[in-house]
Amino acid sequence: MHISPLLFLLLAPLLAIFFIILLKSQPRLTALCAAAFNFVLSLVLIFGYVNANVHGGYAFIMDIPWVTIHGIPPIHFHLAVDGISLPLVLLTGIVTFAAIAISPGNIRRASEYYCYLLLMTMGAMGAFISLDLFFFFIFHDFALIATFLLIGIWGSHNRQFVSFQVTIYLMAGSLVLLAGFVALVTALPEHSRTFDIVALTQYIVGDGTYAHQAHPLSAGAQAVIFPLMLVGFGILVGLFPFHSWAPPGYASAPPAAAMLHAGILKKFAIYGLIRIAIPLLHTGFQDWLPVIFALLIGNFLYAGFVTMAQKELPLMIGFSSIMHMGYLFLGMACWNVIGLTGAVVLMVGHGLSAALLFGLSGEITTRSGENRFAELGGLAKRAPMLAVLFSFASMATMGVPGLANFAGELLVFFGSFARHAPLQPDLPIPIFILFALIAIYGTVITAIFQLRAIKYVFYGPMPERYQGPPTAVAATAVLGGAEPETVPSTGMSDTKTWEEHGPYVLLVVASLVIGFMPFLLINLIEPSVQLLPFLPK
Amino acid sequence: MDQYVAWFLLICPLAATIAILVRWHKVPNYAIGASIGSSVLCFLIAVAVFCGAVPAPVSFMWIDLPGFQVDFSMILDPLSKGMLLVVTGVGMLVHIFSYGYMEHDPSKGRFFGGLSIFMFSMTGIVLSSNLIMLFIFWEGVGFSSYLLVGFWYERESAALAANKAFVCNRLADFGFMTGILVFWFLMGTVSVEPNVLAGVYSQHAMPWMGSILDNNSVPVASGQSASVATQLGVHANPILLAIMVVGLFCGCIGKSAMFPLHVWLPDAMEGPTPVSALIHAATMVAAGVYMLCRVFPLLLLSDAGMTVIASIGCLTSVMAALIAVQQNDIKRILAYSTLSQLGYMVMAVGCYAPDAAMFHLSTHAFFKALLFLAAGSVIHALHEEQDIWKMGGLLRKIPLTGITFLIGMLALSGVPPFAGFFSKDYLLSLCYARSPFFYTVGVFTAFLTAFYMTRLVVIAFFGKARTKEAEHPHESPWHMTTPLVILAVFSCIGGFIGLKGFYNGWSTSVVQTIKFVTPFPVGESGVFMEMILPMCVVLLGIGCAWALYHDAKTDPLEGGIFRILANKFYFDDIYDTYVVGTQQLVARSFAWIDSWIIDGLIIRGAAYVCVGFGELLRLFQTGNLQAYAYVFTLGGLILIYFTLFH
Repeated sequence: MHISPLLFLLLAPLLAIFFIILLKSQPRLTALCAAAFNFVLSLVLIFGYVNANVHGGYAFIMDIPWVTIHGIPPIHFHLAVDGISLPLVLLTGIVTFAAIAISPGNIRRASEYYCYLLLMTMGAMGAFISLDLFFFFIFHDFALIATFLLIGIWGSHNRQFVSFQVTIYLMAGSLVLLAGFVALVTALPEHSRTFDIVALTQYIVGDGTYAHQAHPLSAGAQAVIFPLMLVGFGILVGLFPFHSWAPPGYASAPPAAAMLHAGILKKFAIYGLIRIAIPLLHTGFQDWLPVIFALLIGNFLYAGFVTMAQKELPLMIGFSSIMHMGYLFLGMACWNVIGLTGAVVLMVGHGLSAALLFGLSGEITTRSGENRFAELGGLAKRAPMLAVLFSFASMATMGVPGLANFAGELLVFFGSFARHAPLQPDLPIPIFILFALIAIYGTVITAIFQLRAIKYVFYGPMPERYQGPPTAVAATAVLGGAEPETVPSTGMSDTKTWEEHGPYVLLVVASLVIGFMPFLLINLIEPSVQLLPFLPK
Repeated sequence: MDQYVAWFLLICPLAATIAILVRWHKVPNYAIGASIGSSVLCFLIAVAVFCGAVPAPVSFMWIDLPGFQVDFSMILDPLSKGMLLVVTGVGMLVHIFSYGYMEHDPSKGRFFGGLSIFMFSMTGIVLSSNLIMLFIFWEGVGFSSYLLVGFWYERESAALAANKAFVCNRLADFGFMTGILVFWFLMGTVSVEPNVLAGVYSQHAMPWMGSILDNNSVPVASGQSASVATQLGVHANPILLAIMVVGLFCGCIGKSAMFPLHVWLPDAMEGPTPVSALIHAATMVAAGVYMLCRVFPLLLLSDAGMTVIASIGCLTSVMAALIAVQQNDIKRILAYSTLSQLGYMVMAVGCYAPDAAMFHLSTHAFFKALLFLAAGSVIHALHEEQDIWKMGGLLRKIPLTGITFLIGMLALSGVPPFAGFFSKDYLLSLCYARSPFFYTVGVFTAFLTAFYMTRLVVIAFFGKARTKEAEHPHESPWHMTTPLVILAVFSCIGGFIGLKGFYNGWSTSVVQTIKFVTPFPVGESGVFMEMILPMCVVLLGIGCAWALYHDAKTDPLEGGIFRILANKFYFDDIYDTYVVGTQQLVARSFAWIDSWIIDGLIIRGAAYVCVGFGELLRLFQTGNLQAYAYVFTLGGLILIYFTLFH
């Protein structure tokens, strides 16, 4: 039985949970150690992958039979990474570390809080490294349960309602997704049913052409199964019109949970589409492409304009993250090397920028006691470090070059145009080009609302409340995730020590590194993308 | 070793920025030292590059995907060498000037950080050899401009102006990116080096021809003159080529503030005056014109596109000049004057004369930076007063500033032997070759330029002081007046140092590489058109302004059409109405739909339906034993019935 290093990505949080609950160790410190271990391990794995010279294939493979009962498809505990999942593993490592680092040590019911955060990260990691449909799904649901508890117990205003809404909505999505998975597996002939993704791909796709005379599933069957997966993944990622759970969810969640969910868990859905749904059901994908485009208009334009009308900071950031999912979908829908590489780079970039924005929004709310734009203003004088960090985060999300999102978005645009080169004569109207233009216009919309947010919070005249030194009063209402005994009543404090702003600086530096040197990620991703089936020649 | 020297042009300002960002914004003296030091070093390297002592550096691959390669390399041809000298030279002088101007500002460390990141981005634009690299630095200057215009962020107006500048640029970048994408779509490369383009053009089958809108063999009917594109050997759909050219021009519309996106430039005067001098007069706004000259081989491919470029340039130049006639803030007058001169340069590019555009760009950099810095000196002397009707008689009180301002004004108006005369008249004469209409409008604009600049100088510098404060201005210290003197010297000698021949040599080599021949007959416009008519018109403008404003207490031009000019043709009001009326309306209605229909009706509605079902079914759980027994019996009877009789 070959143990791969990937197992430790799952064991570290599990062990930390064990330590916190049973051995009653310091919760924040233990969680931080596990997160740091995962972060370092993900970096080591990248070096190892590059040195393994697998030319884009899977590495660090671990395959243990889990359920082998005659009559049902076998389930294997199958772990592996390739160039597409490895950046996501790294993203999980970085964002988890940052999220745990910014969480307060004195939070109430601290050991449970950190245990749920660790459960969330274990779920995310597991989903990205699993190559078996069963475990892929289960790990994601671990993270979902943790989200429910985190929002419900430590969330801010309206948390009871929101936690139920988010969880039931996402569970409904998972259910639809599960239906899709089961439908896919049961539609195959008896002898070839398996839950293993690699085996399924091998069986259905073969060597790039079909392994049999034709796809084992008819076009009609695919046209029924694919939408199940599309809707399932769509709900999980916030595809219009399945987006309503996200803004209130993120607004009420404790900042660390919002960072983990918006930064990492949403990417699970796009990854699932790239890894599973589109390769295995390619004809169904092509049949449903017009519907995908129709929904994308909703993401780009509708969500963009709704974001402009928001009056509270966390809600605005929540809607803006829905809008940016459109770019990921567009890059993925191109299904060519440039577009897919751009989608993966953008996943990492957006994960970093969303984590930054949600974390900083939590800081602003906690320190100033307010999250409505009308009540804030001029805070750059009181909190210059937060202003600088928030500006970096905003520049990242706007797609300013030098930060990670630009590289991804650039590749998505070029991939969309490349889709209409004469090598692909199957599209009568230049719809990808049209959507690339809509996407570029989306960056204008993003600039409008993001700069406005910076101005409302940090620039302009300062309301009286913040002009004095920071003071606090006893808490009568719950604010942020910490539920402290006191809340700010006047003034605003800034993040002063490295412990306070270090995690954000880490995220900014990560975004800068990828932004200045995108070839680091692109050279990692491209060989694996080249191995995906049905790419244009 | 040589091969890496050129990279220091980018590394020095970037290092200064990082140092200031991380630590030195709290230690202003280090920040100032780093920033000014890096600008001086860059200037010295630029001089070395100009003299040919520094070779083009080794490049490295930034993105390498099949079909899409972007490398970071520099292009060191006469165009970039000349522009590099202008950018680093004026940049260095503005850095030195800012040392004095920002002395009393508590956040000057942050200011110099902003200047350094601007120099990094601007130098990057000048040196880029492909459009992606150019776009990256393009956004960089937009970001630096945002930082510096909103420098005094406590002011609501400054914060709004910064946002406006960034959003206008972003909107233009939408078009720019579209143009770049269409260019890559048609030609398969993003490089703009003339050799590469010549190679691409000469292939009769383009590697990535637009399949849908393709128009493969374009037969030229006899007697019909072939378009420039066909002449160059490029066979692609003219509509796509026009979209490409207009798209690339959109970048210029934003950066160089052409109509209709000109509204951000006057508002950008909210920033400190050195920012206006460097960014909004000499360099960043000139980047648009520089970019047009850099992609000139591409612009040639669409005749319609060239006409659009020339028309918008012409329109902007005359519109801005008209507005400047009625402005009262010294910086706003200079801002509109910049718009007007940029219009000239763009018009020149549209008239197939990029060398005239670059010549005028260089001389304009000198005298416009001079004017802005001198204005800054005036504002500094009068304790932040900017209204010209509150100045007066300054020439006698602060003579050094006054004389340098006067030199700048004469150069801008086009009075010989100052630099502006040579560049403007050369530009106009080349435009005459293309279209007498553009020439006429250009001459009218020259009249207006002389008029409003004389108006400014007469009101502010001559006559008697108009207010108490204006009676006691103090002259600026030497480190602020020295850059003024240096720039004044260049404004005097700019026409004689061979810039015209230098740029002419560059543009000739480019058109030879791609084998372009001007499609219209180039006639000699003659000495009368080229020199004498403009000069008369300028003297006329100066005379009119002197007559109207000499000893005037208030502006004699009032009411009617002049009010429209004073209100800047109501562009700001129109745009504000659009933003508030249309954009916010759409946003609010979508938000309403989202919270009431999607969230309310569908999701909560679904939830309430479930709850409703639950309530309904709960009614069946009566808790009453008899009821359960009754239902049980009923069910049993139904089962028996179906078993026995079916």
